[in-house]
Amino acid sequence: MNKREFLKDAILFFPAAGVLQALSCQAAAKDAAAPAASAYDPTDHWYGMGVDVDKCIGCNRCVEACKAENGVPDEPFYFRTWVERYSIHSNGETTVECISTKPAPVDQVAPEDPGIVRTFFVPKLCNQCAHPPCVQVCPVGATFQTKDGVVLVDEKRCIGCRYCIQACPYGARYLNPNTRTADKCTFCYHRITKGLLPACVEVCPTEARIFGDLKGKADRLVRFQRVNKIAVLKPDLNTEPKVLYADLDGEVR
Amino acid sequence: MRLPEQVTRLGTVIVAILAIVLLLRFVILPESLFSARPHQAAKVEREMAKPVRYAGATSCRKCHAEQFDAKYGGAHRNIGCENCHGPSAGHAADEKAGKPPKPREREFCLGCHAYQSARPNGFPQVDPQKHKPKKRCVTCHDPHDPVPPETPQDCGGCHGRIERTKALSDHALLACAECHQVTEQHMIRPRQALPTKPDTRESCGRCHAVGTTDPAAAKARIDMARHGRSFLCWQCHYAHLPEGPK
Repeated sequence: MNKREFLKDAILFFPAAGVLQALSCQAAAKDAAAPAASAYDPTDHWYGMGVDVDKCIGCNRCVEACKAENGVPDEPFYFRTWVERYSIHSNGETTVECISTKPAPVDQVAPEDPGIVRTFFVPKLCNQCAHPPCVQVCPVGATFQTKDGVVLVDEKRCIGCRYCIQACPYGARYLNPNTRTADKCTFCYHRITKGLLPACVEVCPTEARIFGDLKGKADRLVRFQRVNKIAVLKPDLNTEPKVLYADLDGEVR
Repeated sequence: MRLPEQVTRLGTVIVAILAIVLLLRFVILPESLFSARPHQAAKVEREMAKPVRYAGATSCRKCHAEQFDAKYGGAHRNIGCENCHGPSAGHAADEKAGKPPKPREREFCLGCHAYQSARPNGFPQVDPQKHKPKKRCVTCHDPHDPVPPETPQDCGGCHGRIERTKALSDHALLACAECHQVTEQHMIRPRQALPTKPDTRESCGRCHAVGTTDPAAAKARIDMARHGRSFLCWQCHYAHLPEGPK
């Protein structure tokens, strides 16, 4: 073999080897992915949550469970889900306070304000919008919607610029002080993909929260949607939230 | 025709460079350099692999069927075990991993059962300073099947304020059902099946119209034809405390 032939063969050999290696890698990856795909197919689902406002007793168990399950910082101003107390006064004013930040004392009854016409609790969380504004504004594509309709944040790509926190009309995102990245409710994605309920739904003592799959024909949430008068938060923004509120007061924003 | 050698050489070089570029772009370099999809797939996998801390109520039943069934028959049937006992996936996987806590303090129960005006009507609540202030709840109530010593049978269980007001009034002896029709559904979903209010003047007129003989209403006889004809009685008179206390 002379020098010229050797170089010719070498030029052909290396790219060909590269192609073969890449092809074999892809084939192996496909084999490995196949059993996982048959166990859980995200395209079969479109997750949502129902909240029955009339049933919430403002016990904050959902907030505690969420923090325990998802490692949300303990400080009472980082929340993936939280509960608000709305008070409608006789002069037409509405006041909102977050009872997860400042829970009511349990050893005594607060004196009643006679000016309050009605008062109730509203649990809040990420609405997992079908058209999420937070996904649109992310400059690095770190936040995205999965095929089953859950909006996730990739903490490895997130640069912590806080655009999404500003863009969320529901105030559902916060900057995690440990990772310095945006964080939010994931519907407990690691639980629901295994067939478990999200932690907040699991512990809710009055079944004020219902979790389900909007693609399921006989699903609990679909039934919930059928038998209740459903409203969503800020429908005028066309975000199409998948957190559905039953018997929601018109004052709730 | 034979191409000049310069052209063939140049052509070979161009084709080679093109081949290398295409090879780099589509085969050798990973897709994650050009598209967000692999990152997202990796994130979804990482998210799915996160550890579960709440095992779910059904997994407790395998070993604790007795407590589970007692709870299932009672008022706490909808409450998951881990609501009170805390996240217990570790204990469910391996019982030697430590026992879940049993909260026995009064404050724990009061987290749900202390009176707050924003809580829905009908939810069992107590005034913590008046209801056995020194005792733990679990001394009298079994948390797996909490039956109150006296089950509220009447409307006062939820409408205590109205009941107390009425007890001081001239209407103390009238039952709620005298004026309101309450359906069974109202006990289950209070705001969805509201009780009726009297929608005719005759409802009050049965006792208060001139010509009726009930001695209890003797001091409040009204000529129904002349007194406030365009109103229902309760639009002016508060029937739970008519014209002040006795």
